[in-house]
Amino acid sequence: MQLFRFHGGVHPAENKAMSAEAPIVKARIPKYLVLPLLQHIGTPTEPVVKSGDKVLKGQVIARCQSNDCSLHTSTPVHASTSGTVIAIEPRHVPHPSGLMATCIIIETDGRDTWLERPPIDNYTALSPDIVRQHIAQAGIVGLGGAGFPSHLKLKPDGIDTLILNGAECEPYITCDDALMRQKPQDIIAGAEILMYVLGGAKHCIIAVEDNKPEAYEALVKGLERFYPAFLADHYGNEADYPKHKIEVVKVPTLYPTGGEKQLIYILTGKEIGRSRLPAEEGIVVHNVETARAIYRAVEHGQPLLCRLVTITGSGIEKPQNLEVLLGTPMHEVIDWCGRKSGIERLISGGSMMGFSLPNDELPIVKTTNCLIASQKEDVDKLPPAMPCIRCGQCAEACPIHLLPQQLYWYAKAKDFKNIQRYNLFDCIECGCCSYVCPSHIPLVNYYRYAKSEIRAQEREKRHSDIAKQRHEFRSFRIEREKAEKAAKHKARAKAVAKTKDKKAEIDAAVARAKQKQTADTSDKNS
Amino acid sequence: MITAVIVISVMALFFGLLLAYASIRFKVEGDPIVDRIDALLPQSQCGKCHYPGCRPYAEAIANGEVEINRCPPGGETTMLALAELLDRDPVPLDEDIAEEKPKLVAVVDEYNCIGCTLCIQACPVDAILGTGKHMHTIIAKECTGCELCLPPCPVDCIDMKPIQAELTTWKWPYPNFESQIVSASKTPTTEEIA
Repeated sequence: MQLFRFHGGVHPAENKAMSAEAPIVKARIPKYLVLPLLQHIGTPTEPVVKSGDKVLKGQVIARCQSNDCSLHTSTPVHASTSGTVIAIEPRHVPHPSGLMATCIIIETDGRDTWLERPPIDNYTALSPDIVRQHIAQAGIVGLGGAGFPSHLKLKPDGIDTLILNGAECEPYITCDDALMRQKPQDIIAGAEILMYVLGGAKHCIIAVEDNKPEAYEALVKGLERFYPAFLADHYGNEADYPKHKIEVVKVPTLYPTGGEKQLIYILTGKEIGRSRLPAEEGIVVHNVETARAIYRAVEHGQPLLCRLVTITGSGIEKPQNLEVLLGTPMHEVIDWCGRKSGIERLISGGSMMGFSLPNDELPIVKTTNCLIASQKEDVDKLPPAMPCIRCGQCAEACPIHLLPQQLYWYAKAKDFKNIQRYNLFDCIECGCCSYVCPSHIPLVNYYRYAKSEIRAQEREKRHSDIAKQRHEFRSFRIEREKAEKAAKHKARAKAVAKTKDKKAEIDAAVARAKQKQTADTSDKNS
Repeated sequence: MITAVIVISVMALFFGLLLAYASIRFKVEGDPIVDRIDALLPQSQCGKCHYPGCRPYAEAIANGEVEINRCPPGGETTMLALAELLDRDPVPLDEDIAEEKPKLVAVVDEYNCIGCTLCIQACPVDAILGTGKHMHTIIAKECTGCELCLPPCPVDCIDMKPIQAELTTWKWPYPNFESQIVSASKTPTTEEIA
């Protein structure tokens, strides 16, 4: 298979070896679970339980708004284990802002009692659309870290290639690696189900970076041994087997190969522009763990209740990958893996694109793929940022062909018009530019600042347009009311004048009658 | 000689007619510069610029009667946008008028509201709901935070509260050189870059 190479990219220190080898272990059930209503990209869910309710494992506790998961970019949240809802209140959530958001808090009962699950039919007996709805109800989001609801990326319109992303290019993270090594059959089964849901797709590529040879071997072996058995189980007759092909492809190790558009370029040579979706080119990309979650949802009726999290860093005794129930507080898993003293910094995600967390009291959510706890001596204090010397190394490293230094100048000057001319919104915030910058300028922070500022300005503009409309309507209404009042006044004045006229007429008539009467009587008298 | 006079006269007549036609055909209603200035203003209609609304202030700017730094809700962003539009030099915000404040929203203390409707009449964007002798409430989504409802209230039951940032509206702060971002490890050597 011909591979392509995207522009730029870097080779940061991998730091993966310490956590990749250990077997995946299930973390214990914590005493309390904290489940935020928003764990994906899109609109928050709405709770369907209240404080005091008993919940069972797998029960929906928050549903998509107006219960329509295809209308809103949203997907339900389930109780990760059985217990009692003790509160629905704002709690701190893992987010760069450190802000609070509404969460459902469950006190677990330790029994881990499942909600009764309806028996699952052979999915091949169901229509792809029904399987897709089933996936939507299972609360599955992209588990690579972005958290986009998966069912929205499964519309079969003209898709011919499914890519399963097992590149995992970020330093420190090994949860996909461990999964591919230890559960290749789940991933292959997930791929087969995804292909079924996507209908006409012809080709499935599982992409693995070449620094994970064990994962590659495990997948290849899985395809040879497990895949035919899976097909035989679900289709029976060999003549009914689907016509598509699943293959595992090794891609060269280079950061950020795991970026969706970068991976598509490497495998197909197709470039996807900013305002376009891979689906328009007939491609859809899912993470390998997402494929496994889909397999579990379709074959075993298990919604997304847990995920693999890499617990690593110099502050951890036994770095490893844990299968953690969603909503588990981070300190629980850090203690489980052995907390060393003097942890100075905690990062959620990898070291290139992750963000630091204020403390370890936060819950693990659907998008938490890695926790890096670093001791003081490993937190390298970068020297203070120096002025930009226009060396251009950032432009050489940028995988999108942007001009990072130019973007930096405009962001620093708050020139939001020009920064958009230089395609700020194409930036994927991969951090290659900051990484190579010899002046240690936190370039990505400038782009994030500019992006959020521009988005805020657009929001304000919409708000002010509405305010203007309302103000104009109010002025118009006041004018209209004034005019109506004036018209009424006039009408009344006219009416009064009219009644006056009438009165005068009556008076005149009365006077005439009287006159006549007096004339008559005088006639009679005479 | 006579030919030249005729030619010039005919040409003058032709161009005169052309200009007359153009002035009818491409007639511009209103003053477009006022519209463009108005579009940059935040439309809170608060009157803090000492003009009775955003449009009158836009007209005053267009006539060159007033500086571009008198809009507190718009703040520095609006001033810079106006400076660019009008090709004027940026000026710091006018301190006499008000300093830049975070975005506010009015909240009626419903326990104390007596239902006098005075605030409803004052609201420039019809964002207060209520009627005589009934409690009033603010449509928070439409409130521009102009504070015009505060002075008319006879029982002082309206408060201005800052709008809390949410996850979806939170903004990244302007980078501070002291708070360094996280980097994978040391800066790469020149071989690594090559």
